[in-house]
Amino acid sequence: MSKQKLVIIGNGMVGHRFIEDFIEKADLEQFEITAFCEEPRVAYDRVHLSSYFSHHTADELSLVKEGFYEKHNINVLIGERALTINRQEKVIHSQTGRAVYYDKLIMATGSYPWVPSIKGNESKDCFVYRTIEDLNAIEATARRSKNGVVVGGGLLGLEAAGALKALGVETHVIEFAPVLMAEQLDQQGGQMLRNKIESIGVKVHTGKNTQEIVVGGESARNTMKFADGTELEVDFIVFSTGIRPQDKLAKQCGLATGRRGGITIDNQCKTSDPDIYAIGECASWNDKFFGLVAPGYNMAKVAVDNILGRDNEFTGADMSAKLKLLGVDVGSIGDANGRTPNCKSYVYLDENSSVYKRIIVSEDGKRLLGAVLVGDTESYSDLLQYTLNDIELPKHPDSLILPAHAGGEKVGLGVDALPETAQVCSCFDVKKSDIADAVAAGHCTIGAIKAETGAGTGCGGCIPLITQVLNSELAKQGVEVKNHLCEHFEYSRQELFHLIRIEGIKTFKDLLVKYGQGYGCEICKPTVGSILASCWSEYILSPENNGLQDTNDIFLGNMQKDGTYSVIPRMPGGEVTPKGLMAVANVAQQYELYTKVTGAQRIGLFGAHKGDLPDIWKQLIDAGFETGHAYGKSLRMVKTCVGSTWCRFGVQDSVGFGVELENRYKGLRTPHKIKFGVSGCTRECAEAQGKDVGLIATDKGWNLYVCGNGGMKPKHGELLAVDLDNETLVRYLDRFMMFYVRTADKLTRTSVWLQNLEGGIEYLKEVIINNKLGINEQLEKEMADAIDSYQCEWTKTLSDDKQLARFAHFINSDEHDDNVVFTPERAQKRPAFLDEKTPTYNISLEEV
Amino acid sequence: MSKWIKVCELDNIYPSTGVCALVDGKQVAIFRPSEENKVYAINNMDPFARSNVLSRGVICEHQQQLWVASPLKKQRFNLIDGSCLENSEVSVETYQARITDGQVEIHL
Repeated sequence: MSKQKLVIIGNGMVGHRFIEDFIEKADLEQFEITAFCEEPRVAYDRVHLSSYFSHHTADELSLVKEGFYEKHNINVLIGERALTINRQEKVIHSQTGRAVYYDKLIMATGSYPWVPSIKGNESKDCFVYRTIEDLNAIEATARRSKNGVVVGGGLLGLEAAGALKALGVETHVIEFAPVLMAEQLDQQGGQMLRNKIESIGVKVHTGKNTQEIVVGGESARNTMKFADGTELEVDFIVFSTGIRPQDKLAKQCGLATGRRGGITIDNQCKTSDPDIYAIGECASWNDKFFGLVAPGYNMAKVAVDNILGRDNEFTGADMSAKLKLLGVDVGSIGDANGRTPNCKSYVYLDENSSVYKRIIVSEDGKRLLGAVLVGDTESYSDLLQYTLNDIELPKHPDSLILPAHAGGEKVGLGVDALPETAQVCSCFDVKKSDIADAVAAGHCTIGAIKAETGAGTGCGGCIPLITQVLNSELAKQGVEVKNHLCEHFEYSRQELFHLIRIEGIKTFKDLLVKYGQGYGCEICKPTVGSILASCWSEYILSPENNGLQDTNDIFLGNMQKDGTYSVIPRMPGGEVTPKGLMAVANVAQQYELYTKVTGAQRIGLFGAHKGDLPDIWKQLIDAGFETGHAYGKSLRMVKTCVGSTWCRFGVQDSVGFGVELENRYKGLRTPHKIKFGVSGCTRECAEAQGKDVGLIATDKGWNLYVCGNGGMKPKHGELLAVDLDNETLVRYLDRFMMFYVRTADKLTRTSVWLQNLEGGIEYLKEVIINNKLGINEQLEKEMADAIDSYQCEWTKTLSDDKQLARFAHFINSDEHDDNVVFTPERAQKRPAFLDEKTPTYNISLEEV
Repeated sequence: MSKWIKVCELDNIYPSTGVCALVDGKQVAIFRPSEENKVYAINNMDPFARSNVLSRGVICEHQQQLWVASPLKKQRFNLIDGSCLENSEVSVETYQARITDGQVEIHL
């Protein structure tokens, strides 16, 4: 049987969503899918279009993962426009002359910006706001302009005004109606929004009817003339006066269209031709078209289901919206203008903080019909649930919008009050029951729920609600968040730490007998090994501890993919003498080690055979180096800038202090690796705020930041204390480090640890600075003990012949591993790729 | 041709660690899970990375059986039958191992 040909015209947000949904539900073997994409790039996030001005990468906005279409064999014709549809022969011709046949056709042609027919609107200083190309053109023009105007004070117009403001030009908004956002807000809400926008310097002109744009002006390139006789001189103009469904192709091929434009569809999203569907902004349903993405996504889903023979209907859409415009929170729900007969309103107005809230309720006061929120949208999701699910209002509905201090109780709609069918995520139509099911199936984090259900991956506005549902479901199941280490210990790392310390337990075996079961595994062994090292500072390679150590610790080097190791001596604060450099160079040359400056201000030597590690380290230690603990879950390094010693801006000795701190905390085993940064002035050249501990010099001392992170999940450190002298700072750090060692879960960086710490940074301040737990003396003592018992692990290892024997690759031969092969690259070497070496051994693995 | 080959003294292997021996040109990873006189032998090559590293992994217990977690990406291989816990299509060779008079012996 030949494959069914499916063609999608349009690769915007909705067209792409259709494909995604189709891939998920259909047996792709049976379909041949082609998509026309008129723009020069595949689908991107138009909702967050303005963010393009801050990052300038189209990739950030892209909705399509690289290789996604290829992976699923979908033929996307980028930059190709469908010119005609021949419905008799079921073929589409593109502007390149290509003919594409279809069995089922989906039209997702979107909309186009409608520009009023004003004389002069074709000037090169006039723009619309819809595509990345539009934005590029606007930005280029803004650079040579003093001021710009947005015509249209609706949702998208204000979004565009925000972008103009961010581009640094004087910004005006012209609105034909007497209020801003007349679609979504009532008169008073619009006024409040206007006040707030004007207070940040945007000039708003309402009730203005633009008649003509003429080139030239005294202070700007163009002059706008209004019906009331007034004029405004501006350099450029962005039209945001609404959108119209893109139905040109439909008209060309004779499909029925709506009275106000748009391709007419039924509840199945079928057009007047049963083999053609229309979805998104181009579709007209009951003579209405929808300019939001959520209804479009919904139509995409309905169309997919119908093509696959499943029941699903489009039944209209809720046009409520919550957004931030020019820094102002705005929310609009349902009948925001109170047009329902006999409805009643409750209004809360606070001109001092610029907050306006209005709810519109039914005549009997039992149902919520609509709401307007300006300046504070905290209650938006609760209110929306009341309207969407027809939930009965509390006795005093005004308590829903009154702040607590105004005598209003915090009523808040508990998620338990929501019916199972309540829609939690409107972008992807995810119901409360879908999330509950996901939780029941073991997806117990926000990230996992997003991945499983898609909820929260559109506009993201529902994430607080998802979190509530998640927590409520977990509580219902009686699930306590389990942080048992593994099947061998029913304790968390923190609990084991206390047991080990309080009971003076010194070996894994003793701990296992007393508090665990079975033999142990690759999770509990290294964790306990690390705790024992933190508590007792014992040599990690002693006969009792040896078998506990993970990949890197067990041979005191980072294992690379070919089984060789890296060698990284400590260079405190990034300092190294020329003589030291020579010693490093000599050993690197002798053992032909690949040499690179690492990300931690020190030098790494790569490609060392295990058997050569003792000799390499002996030479380095003889030259005055010690281990850099690059292999350990422990303090890695302290990154410093040159500070007041050399730099003409520096205000403190950042290198000197950084070296002192690195030497103080080196060797201490921690739940995960730790990095410090010390900057000599506020320019922050050491990037200290991206480190677990960051110090930034001030005139009076140091500001202390903690729990920052670079790497996978970048996060700025949080300010723990300011203007500290060296001595106080060291005391705080002793406490901080030991508190982290004591309480963090296994393999948890400080940033995540703080995130999970109830009370967050404020709680941490209470503990570290105000001794809330009364343990500070103890923490300092424990740190002092750890510092006293520091030893360089490599020095210790070299003095023990039995240890050295472990480093030979073979226990019964002096040979090296002949599977370690290198290839020259850029004057050094790299591990050979598999196809560059001759396999030496047969292994029982099918070709992978 | 089959014979037992002596590779080292049992005392040379710390309890709960492994070593690698060269036996008839093959790299054999030998594990001693505890103080007891019991050792296991499998091929030393991690079949995913194709590097000779398995003897350096942590010995672990899952499903009441002993495994070694590869030091590279932590896939686990059964010490008795060589099967991989993460991917049933992958396995490593296993060899007979015994202790005679305090000496570890391997039979390929």
